[in-house]
Amino acid sequence: MTPLLEIENLSVALPTGADRALALDRVSLSLGASEILCVVGESGSGKSMAANAVMGLLPEDVRPTTGRILLDGIDLLTMTEAQLRKVRGNRIAMIFQEPMTALNPLRTIGDQIGEMFREHTDLSKDRIREKVLALLDEVRIPDPTGAIAVYPHELSGGQRQRAMIAMALALEPKVLIADEPTTALDVTTQAQILKLIRDLQPKKGTAVLFITHDFGVVAEIANRIVVMQHGRVVETGAVDQVLHAPEHAYTKSLIAAVPPLTAPPPRKLSSEIALDIKAVSKTYRSGGFLGRRARITKALDAVSMQLPKGGTLGVVGESGSGKSTLAKAIVRLIDVDSGQIQLGALDLAKVRGAELRAASSKVQMVFQDPFASLNPRRKAGDLVAQGPIAHGVSRSLAIAKAAELFALVGLDPSSIDRYPHEFSGGQRQRIGIARALAMNPQVLVADEPVSALDVSVQAQVLRLLVHLREKLGLSMVFITHDLRVAAQICDRIAIMKDGHVVEAGITADVFGTPKHEYTRALLASIPGRAMLERQPS
Amino acid sequence: MSVLLQRYLRSPSAAIGLALLLLVVFMAATAGLFYPRDPLGLAGRPLQWPMEVSAFPLGTDSSGRDIAAQIFHGARVSLLIGFFATSVAILIGILVGAIAGYYGGIVDDILMRITEAFQTLPNFLLLLVLVAVFGSTLWVVTLAIGIVSWPAPARLTRAEFMSLRGREFVQATRVLGLRDFQIIFREILPNALPPVIVYASVVMAVSILLESALAFLNLSDPNVASWGNLIGTGRGVLRSQWYVSAIPGVAIIITVLAVSLVGQGLNDALNPRLKKR
Amino acid sequence: MRIFALAGRRLAASIPTLLILIAGLFLLLQLAPGDTVDALLAQMGGGDAKMAADLRKFYGLDVGVAAQLTRYLWRLIHFDLGYSAIYGKPVSTVIWERLPATLLLMISSLSLALSGGMVLGVLAARRVNKWPDTLISTLGLLFYATPSFWFGLMGIVVFAVKLAWLPPGGFGTISSGLTGIGHVIDIAKYLVLPTLTLGLIFLAIYLRIMRASMLEVMSLDYVKTARSKGLSETAIVVRHVLRNALLPVVTLVGLQAGTMLGGSVVVESVFALPGLGRLAYESVVQRDLNTLLGIVFVSALLVIVINFIVDLIYARLDPRISADTAGGRK
Repeated sequence: MTPLLEIENLSVALPTGADRALALDRVSLSLGASEILCVVGESGSGKSMAANAVMGLLPEDVRPTTGRILLDGIDLLTMTEAQLRKVRGNRIAMIFQEPMTALNPLRTIGDQIGEMFREHTDLSKDRIREKVLALLDEVRIPDPTGAIAVYPHELSGGQRQRAMIAMALALEPKVLIADEPTTALDVTTQAQILKLIRDLQPKKGTAVLFITHDFGVVAEIANRIVVMQHGRVVETGAVDQVLHAPEHAYTKSLIAAVPPLTAPPPRKLSSEIALDIKAVSKTYRSGGFLGRRARITKALDAVSMQLPKGGTLGVVGESGSGKSTLAKAIVRLIDVDSGQIQLGALDLAKVRGAELRAASSKVQMVFQDPFASLNPRRKAGDLVAQGPIAHGVSRSLAIAKAAELFALVGLDPSSIDRYPHEFSGGQRQRIGIARALAMNPQVLVADEPVSALDVSVQAQVLRLLVHLREKLGLSMVFITHDLRVAAQICDRIAIMKDGHVVEAGITADVFGTPKHEYTRALLASIPGRAMLERQPS
Repeated sequence: MSVLLQRYLRSPSAAIGLALLLLVVFMAATAGLFYPRDPLGLAGRPLQWPMEVSAFPLGTDSSGRDIAAQIFHGARVSLLIGFFATSVAILIGILVGAIAGYYGGIVDDILMRITEAFQTLPNFLLLLVLVAVFGSTLWVVTLAIGIVSWPAPARLTRAEFMSLRGREFVQATRVLGLRDFQIIFREILPNALPPVIVYASVVMAVSILLESALAFLNLSDPNVASWGNLIGTGRGVLRSQWYVSAIPGVAIIITVLAVSLVGQGLNDALNPRLKKR
Repeated sequence: MRIFALAGRRLAASIPTLLILIAGLFLLLQLAPGDTVDALLAQMGGGDAKMAADLRKFYGLDVGVAAQLTRYLWRLIHFDLGYSAIYGKPVSTVIWERLPATLLLMISSLSLALSGGMVLGVLAARRVNKWPDTLISTLGLLFYATPSFWFGLMGIVVFAVKLAWLPPGGFGTISSGLTGIGHVIDIAKYLVLPTLTLGLIFLAIYLRIMRASMLEVMSLDYVKTARSKGLSETAIVVRHVLRNALLPVVTLVGLQAGTMLGGSVVVESVFALPGLGRLAYESVVQRDLNTLLGIVFVSALLVIVINFIVDLIYARLDPRISADTAGGRK
């Protein structure tokens, strides 16, 4: 097979002052005609940089220093800007991670797809419209004639990504670069988009360079795999070979970090209930002012679930399912419309004022984003000591306790004087956990605590949470969109969709014999199921 | 802090701005030293051109007052009014913006209606009304300029608070049971402050311009030396002795330019990411 | 339809704003030492208490503040702004006579500021940190730092006194008898310097915002998408950046309508233009508070109308602004 696109010995220098000298260090890879090559790596591996280098879309202060990028034997790096423009979109097209921001918000979908033809062909207006309609149909956007006149904000994330794909494939390019195209999407939508790419690829004869961090996605879609770490290629090979007989230690660790799908054997749980959520409802109203039509969203619709003492209750759902609203309701970041959240004799949904502040010591929260959840202007120790101080503990005592907690969550106690930006993402998440534990809570609400972390770090933080649960006798509500993560840590699982609980039960039961159709769809959508199930857990 | 200063001085325009500002501050500080006499008193023969007589390097105006003395003393008035009016505007702005942005809902609605009322009113007209009602002493003028200038910083602070209040680190402090007062002033405000501080330079520049315009129209305090006033005085002899109006104008331009450049430099130093652009 | 529903709602929302404003100002003016009657008596060289009382009754000043305010608001609804003791005619008549000059000045200055600011902002952003950018940005800073009245005076010195190209002030050549196109050109000549004087500072502001907004938009994802489609830089700017970058400028025009109107006070005074701004200045000097209040009311209405138009334009530019999210733009 002659390679269509070949990257030879490509090095890309970062501007002085960056954390390393080279973004890409002598990277070589080749993409054959009509194959799907996955470039896998964690954040900072240089995988996106490689994609941008091919498109000639590197940031201004980042320049290739050595190497060649050959498309059909011609070096793209020696082309003039005008020559490159004829290649971009026409022979190499690209789709991006964020469908929400990758389309111009002020122009219609049809206009933006049609622009491909207007730019690169001499087709008439009517012909272009026909072509755009055909493309929209091909990417399975319902009602193409309607969708052609619609603005991006009127489409869902999945639909927008379909529109992006339609645009990228408009001129039947030889190469499609897909930079994490499903990362921002829900798991069921991700499955659909992956299927779409898999279906369209042979039909159009397009070779795909697929950038991802997710080995599950790799297993779904790749023919061949390139693994990258710190700007270098560490392993290349066919999909079966890399997934089942990885050679490089880094590849092995990445694959091992992918959570298995089988639930651990059920633990014996206390019959005592730590948190009893009864028929909680929350409705959001937007607008309704001066005759404006009010839009009503039922974020939570009579949601009930129980958290056994010392257990972990997983709340799993896609975006818009109401899972985060539930988490916020439990810690009273929002007020519910009706229902009870019973913590022992205390109804968390009803307490106010001083009583609410007192109750806050009993229920604490770990947040999703380790970068946004810590005040950048406070020292790590102060962040942990802050809660106890607000509840009357003396500062010196609170700081001493903070140092102890640092040790407990696996951080160096002497680092309490450092600022959040001096810690890595995983370490920051540990600070967030320590901050919650400083209040000696009975219940810990963890809202997607690992979804912003790299897989290898995810596993460590999950282990820490399990360790703390056992050691401190915590009960935990674990909110996640990722069934694989839920399977590892949760004793019970509640599946949510559109503000309802559609199914709840012991984790092994929900996974083994899912009753609700939606649960089955969720399970079927997990990328790389085949690979995961073959893996010993 | 020294890192900030280094980053600040890396930009030549910021350095020029700082130098100009120091020059104006120097003039204000030494006005009493170099020109101990009343700058509004008769100093010599009226309407002598600059450099015509060595005693009056910038000449004299139509009432025989020393222009250089008025320029030095005017620097005092401009900086003082600029500084205090800006402080008033920023303080009101932060208070209103913080409360509106943090609480949202009906509180926000009411505060924003009031802010809009102030913004709907042309600020210079309101200034005229205030001066017409309360007279034109230095303090009234300063306060009035502060009062007409607060809506913009209030909106800016509100926008910052609205975006910060939804951030996870603020939610975390609420979950920890901190009081609103602590959350607003100790958690959110320090993070919301940099853009507001930078904006203060805009408010200060506008304040200085507003005062000079009032003084030009003879509606500012007649008992203090003000650049705007001098320009107004020069209007009568504009056709022949245009320098009387021209010189104080240059002083105003230098001062406003200095304040703006310093503000821009601060902005770039505080947001190194944007600096590259 | 969507656009009109939206703008109508914004217009309705400005009614409470207007009420707050009028009530606040009316109460503020109660604090003023002396009222219209005092000013009138002073002008007439004094009068006895009986005469003052009669006059107060005539001007409706003999009842309590609350009653006066209610009466005033009621009259405003009928667009009755009261009677100017100084000019000897209804305030609305005085204002009506002065409105055209101000409107003309505003429109011409705004056109200059917007078109100039946009063009220069785009040019600067396209050549960011190169010499055209440095030159444009420096000029912008200078315009911004220049007090408008000084700029006006120096303009008079150069173009009217030294070069004698333009008239130093006024609004049309007196008793020139010009009609039609000749009259228009004559007026235009008188407007050149005032327009430059008022417009340049706003040009500087718009230019700065346009430049920053262009740079901001150029860093967004969909511009990268456009690049990956193989569009040229010019096509990217024209088709994908410009309209998006214009949004903050449009917002600013609305926000600064009041500031511009305020600026006309000074400019009209410098050039002796018979407009609202100069009327405001004169009424402050002559303590004609009735007229001043009337001007404030009309100015506020003017600002509201300008914002209404700005809202229409904004909604036209941005399809995301729908009836549901109206007001979310603030």
